[in-house]
Amino acid sequence: MDKVFKALADTSRRALLDRLHARNGQTLNELCEGLSMSRQAVTKHLAVLEEANLIATLRHGREKLHYLNPVPIHQIGERWIKKFEQTRLAALSELKRKLESRDA
Amino acid sequence: MRKPDFVYVIYIQTTPEKLWNALIDPEMTREYWWHHRNRSDWKPGSAWSHENYDDPTAVDIVGTVIESDPPRRLVLTWANPAKASDPSKVSRVTFDIQALPHEVRLTVTHDETYPEMLSAISAGWPAVLSNLKTMLETGRAMPMARDRRPVREAAATGEV
Repeated sequence: MDKVFKALADTSRRALLDRLHARNGQTLNELCEGLSMSRQAVTKHLAVLEEANLIATLRHGREKLHYLNPVPIHQIGERWIKKFEQTRLAALSELKRKLESRDA
Repeated sequence: MRKPDFVYVIYIQTTPEKLWNALIDPEMTREYWWHHRNRSDWKPGSAWSHENYDDPTAVDIVGTVIESDPPRRLVLTWANPAKASDPSKVSRVTFDIQALPHEVRLTVTHDETYPEMLSAISAGWPAVLSNLKTMLETGRAMPMARDRRPVREAAATGEV
């Protein structure tokens, strides 16, 4: 679990996870597009994320694809959130999302 | 071939044989997979179904066993029973079990999904896989995994 928190404690790495959340299964080239980070930096961040099992990679033809693996994040949630809190918390975060998107 | 839609990986301290058995043994799936069983003879070409443990008429998923190589690889087609006759609504799930020195790496790949299926899947697999890990490592699943899955919870977490 330490590795997961360390991997998540970085804005650039969270941005990479956000990109995969928006579109899963991207190549390194696709992930680098439009980012101000160097290709080398992205490669390094991806290695940290993979080491923490937050991304999974697979070969598809000649390409290496990166996938967001939310399983460790789910395990963190499960550790501190009880069954009956889950629906209430989901309602709260839905409320936050609705209110904030309306203001935007 | 289209690229997979989802790839999930989990490391579990168990053996490939125990993990394989946990995917197909009703007494195990009942514990960690929302009180369901997976029914099949697990031979390539055979039908399989994901149904309520107590009520075999409550079938949630149906499909065909494409590949079955115990305890390494299981490939299934995966469809909503109401839509199973429409080939564009039939997705495919692959379980790859890889033995490592002290644990087992389970990779679940979900292919050929369609938009309405996406939210259900992204809410479903991480929970099922964490429950499976807890059960295999502690002998007991999280209490919530033994109950039937609350519908509201599935809808609420669909976006996460």
